[in-house]
Amino acid sequence: MAKVLMKGNEAIAEAAIRAGCRHYFGYPITPQTEVAAYMAKRMPKIGGTFLQAESEISAINMVYGVSSAGLRVMTSSSSPGVSLKQEGISYLAGSDLPALIVNVQRGGPGLGGIQPSQSDYFQATKGGGHGDYHLIVLAPASVQEMADLTVKAFDLADKYRMPAMLLADGTMGQMMEPVELPEECAHSVDKPWALTGTQGKREHNIINSLYLVPEQLEEKNLERYERYKTVERDEVMYEEYMLDDADVCVVAFGIAARVSKNAITAARAKGIKAGLIRPITLYPFPKDIIRKTAENVKGFVSVELSMGQMIDDIRLAEECKKPVTLCSRVGGMIPSPEEVLKAIEDMEGGKF
Amino acid sequence: MAYTQILIAGFGGQGVLFAGKVLAYKGLEENKQISWLPSYGPEMRGGTANCSVIVSDTPVGSPIVSEPDILIVMNLPSLDKYENAAVPGAKVFIDSFLIERKIERTDIEAHYIPATKIAREMGIPTLANMVLLGKVIKETGVVSMEGLKDALAKTVSAKHPELLEANLKAIQAGYDY
Amino acid sequence: MAVVFKKPEALTDAPLHYCPGCTHGIIHRLVAEAIDDLGILGRTVGVAPVGCAVMAYDYFSCDMVEAAHGRAPAVATGLKRARPENIVFTYQGDGDLASIGMAETVHAATRNENITVIFVNNAIYGMTGGQMAPTSLPGQVTQTSPYGRDVKTVGYPIKVCELLSALDAPYYIERVAVNNVKNVMNAKKAIRKAFENQVEGKGFSLIEVVSSCPTNWGMTPEKALKWVETDMIPYYPLGVYRDKSKEAE
Repeated sequence: MAKVLMKGNEAIAEAAIRAGCRHYFGYPITPQTEVAAYMAKRMPKIGGTFLQAESEISAINMVYGVSSAGLRVMTSSSSPGVSLKQEGISYLAGSDLPALIVNVQRGGPGLGGIQPSQSDYFQATKGGGHGDYHLIVLAPASVQEMADLTVKAFDLADKYRMPAMLLADGTMGQMMEPVELPEECAHSVDKPWALTGTQGKREHNIINSLYLVPEQLEEKNLERYERYKTVERDEVMYEEYMLDDADVCVVAFGIAARVSKNAITAARAKGIKAGLIRPITLYPFPKDIIRKTAENVKGFVSVELSMGQMIDDIRLAEECKKPVTLCSRVGGMIPSPEEVLKAIEDMEGGKF
Repeated sequence: MAYTQILIAGFGGQGVLFAGKVLAYKGLEENKQISWLPSYGPEMRGGTANCSVIVSDTPVGSPIVSEPDILIVMNLPSLDKYENAAVPGAKVFIDSFLIERKIERTDIEAHYIPATKIAREMGIPTLANMVLLGKVIKETGVVSMEGLKDALAKTVSAKHPELLEANLKAIQAGYDY
Repeated sequence: MAVVFKKPEALTDAPLHYCPGCTHGIIHRLVAEAIDDLGILGRTVGVAPVGCAVMAYDYFSCDMVEAAHGRAPAVATGLKRARPENIVFTYQGDGDLASIGMAETVHAATRNENITVIFVNNAIYGMTGGQMAPTSLPGQVTQTSPYGRDVKTVGYPIKVCELLSALDAPYYIERVAVNNVKNVMNAKKAIRKAFENQVEGKGFSLIEVVSSCPTNWGMTPEKALKWVETDMIPYYPLGVYRDKSKEAE
């Protein structure tokens, strides 16, 4: 199929439609509004639903309704809006409902700014709302991945009955790159738990996250964490870049990984063997490759658009065997390749 | 292997993003690797606007152009802001009808084109961006003129097909300047 | 032997957890009878609230979902948009619908979302032990208005039917009560009509049921029903507030 030029936000929307999503609920917020605008144009033409909800809270609860009915559904927002959705996301997780939530991150906290950020990493990967739970978190680093990982997110969400989040940032949402759109797929996942109406043929289905008997609630949580173990075992995705002979390992996702690749090229030109691990799934986090890499490198550089969030997971993964430094810009700023190069050189030279 | 980083800057409304899109679509038609990244937000309403375009034979790393090989500026604040950012040997294209000053650096190659004046005289005053683009194509060869119409057809709004010819004319005028 | 009384199909065998004298049981039954009468049990999906009726999902034999506090109309919107052929109802209390869920209520109404909303107004938060509700009466003593609801500091009760009637969109809005046989019969008719409207694709129907809470009002069930008549109904007049089928004629 021919490649087309598309904005990241539009690629998400088109890919979602091709993945069989016919229901979208959203609320305007920069820098993700193109997703809603695209859906508003397309959905009515294909018999789907686009609804601008009265709030982010309502949008996520409409998602909860469609997912309960057994259909693919999504919402998208940016950081402040995603905070509002957390209640609903916790309910989705607690009711074992699949759904896609897109967060095109901007700087925070509070109203923050509208420029790119990765500072919702903790919120996304550690649950975000109340209670013990995880989302599957995918971090695209190109417009192509905005499309591909959208499809992947729907598939994983259905497979594990978990909400999935696409954790992008303002740059990924706004930039255009050539993209080969996924083929239209007729998804047909059997959902015997869905609220389709009993049709008089079965006992009633109940979608619920309330368990007043503690033993029952504990059992539910344990069952869920067994599923998370499978996710952690089977669904880790990452990209290695010039890692084989690397002395310094950069870990970065999304736009930070793109900048890091420039820095690694520059480092290599100076004779410094730098490489990259780019987590594509942030949950499950690529722990094994980081632990393995720790045996061969002098140390790690975590490149983030946040004040040091993923760095904690890197340290846990490599069990504090090697030093890990942080190279970060925040508030909508993006580290330059030179800044990343400096961090690589410092690590190589033992200056940290 | 060519890896060309282009920065286009001016006021919102001058067609800075659009000029970048034309380059990006043309690059795509030529099977190049492409990225296009706009500034976004309140700047869209009258303040400064800029866009980063990378046209390359190899995969594009960071889509953010902070050290352009090609710099196109359509207002004075943009020239003040980005003149020192350009790499040595960079080619800089300046709308000399809107920007009176000359560049101060001696290690970059300046091209002064009265693009807004040319566009006005042709009766298409909003297409100074395309006049500049024509000159960029002529002087850098980052994309070729051949088949430009196809790329433009994908960029120009379907609601205004008549603008296709006007855009082509403007690009040609810049190319011939 | 002729059957003179039986449990509606739309109710399960689960014993209700409601307090003695609570009228939720009556309202559950009226909803279930409407579902039975219209023969829609197999395609009905209910949305339970947060509040006393939180476990309604165990009591109705149709497919059920439990919504976050106040979000039932949004969840119902999703369910209905996903499967328009299904009949979707919410069952909500006053705190759920008129306080934390006011935005969801108003916007579902103004979209004329084709759902049925059963709104149980007993002027108090029951499940959490008797706090002031958005519909608690002026001067009403509750755990969080121990000196009586002071309208100067916490404002006046919200009259949901009157408020929603200000919107152009909603199809049907009626307030009923279940404090005596005559009112129960009227309530039955109203609830049935609210479901019928949805079956016919007419749009948003809301039935407010003025109800009692003997436990948290600190009254005997009998006295509570009396209080509905002497205090609640005068403040919340019964009747049809919107009926677009009449307007069309």
